[in-house]
Amino acid sequence: MADAPQTVDLARAFADSGVGEVLAQLDRELVGLRPVKTRIREIAALLLVDKLRREHGLTAQPPTLHMSFTGNPGTGKTTVALRMADILHRLGYIRGGHLVSVTRDDLVGQYIGHTAPKTKEVLKKAMGGVLFIDEAYYLYRPENERDYGMEAIEILLQVMENKRDDLVVILAGYADRMDKFFTSNPGFRSRIAHHIDFPDYEADELAQIGEKMLSAQGYRFSPDAQAAFLHYINARMRQPHFANARSIRNALDRARLRQAVRLFERRDQALSIDDLMTIEAEEILASRVLDAPAAAKEPA
Amino acid sequence: MRLTQGTFSFLPDLTDDQIRSQIAYAQAQGWAVNVEYTDDPHPRNTYWELWGLPMFDLKDPAGVLHEINECRKVFGNSYIRVSAFDASHTWETVRLSFIVNRPPEEPGFYLERNEVNGRSINYTVRSYAAAAKPAGERY
Repeated sequence: MADAPQTVDLARAFADSGVGEVLAQLDRELVGLRPVKTRIREIAALLLVDKLRREHGLTAQPPTLHMSFTGNPGTGKTTVALRMADILHRLGYIRGGHLVSVTRDDLVGQYIGHTAPKTKEVLKKAMGGVLFIDEAYYLYRPENERDYGMEAIEILLQVMENKRDDLVVILAGYADRMDKFFTSNPGFRSRIAHHIDFPDYEADELAQIGEKMLSAQGYRFSPDAQAAFLHYINARMRQPHFANARSIRNALDRARLRQAVRLFERRDQALSIDDLMTIEAEEILASRVLDAPAAAKEPA
Repeated sequence: MRLTQGTFSFLPDLTDDQIRSQIAYAQAQGWAVNVEYTDDPHPRNTYWELWGLPMFDLKDPAGVLHEINECRKVFGNSYIRVSAFDASHTWETVRLSFIVNRPPEEPGFYLERNEVNGRSINYTVRSYAAAAKPAGERY
């Protein structure tokens, strides 16, 4: 028996870790975002295999998990980052599972000598968890050579390299500006293992997202409204300033306003719970987006 | 003479891993962790110097350990302790305090007998190090 080649039960380890549940939840709650889910699946597999290797006395270096999320407005960068802390915690990669979300203001100081303590303070707070830097390209301002952003970048790079097992840094921003940011800071690009691009959503994905948003708020579409909403999305996607899921959220907020007005105007009649919950087609069709074909004005 | 003050002081010095676990415990209880140092470790000297600010907002021991190591770099020849303050109502006090750094040489304390009023004696505890040298040059 002792001579038999040692076998490793990966399926069992997978079931024990509860990772499957995390991934299923991700699939359930986030619509689309295929590249993102694929990458998380890969990371989960690597962490699991690493754990098994460690248990069997093989060397397993903790992988670098710093990430950069790029994509257009409203594609879910911030939402996924917020999830990432929880996911990595449940995968056992980080100890804490808390997320510290910062922007340039929180890292860069206002006078000489102010930046380093400020950045270090933030980094200490994020240790054991995830540091999320939103709109990271603002850190670097090439037009001002005395800008203190560079100092913050240097400290960040140092910590990202030396304290890899203490924190995970996630940078997020719009694709074109992040590209410019990485070109001028090559050190950043090479220290980030995972560059994840968030694709724009398709119309049917947006419709799904809209329905999820509504049901989270205790509303639902009538069947007519559902069709009207898909029509609305198609019209809205062709207009300027389209911000994916964020535009959908704004559209739904406006639909809720109109629904409230409709209910209010017939306040002499009895209302059912169903009435309070249902958004009708007229609330969607009242949008200015639909009667202004590809006009360059903001929807009301 | 080895200084014994605070929790765990009769045990061998804690390793960094053990310190990390203790800090993690304190943070899990919601206590604010402080790093303090002094070169006058008299038992009645309650107020040691605070290194930086109390770390109310840290959720992970790594940040505190980083500060401990920074403090050791500067005051490696002093006593350094970690204390955890519980701000919750009705407690509002230090709940845990232990030494994480001590100087290589610890001369200890002596008992001074002061004869007063005939045969009466007042006793005072004095530190050899603090009695011989001014602050900053003691250890």
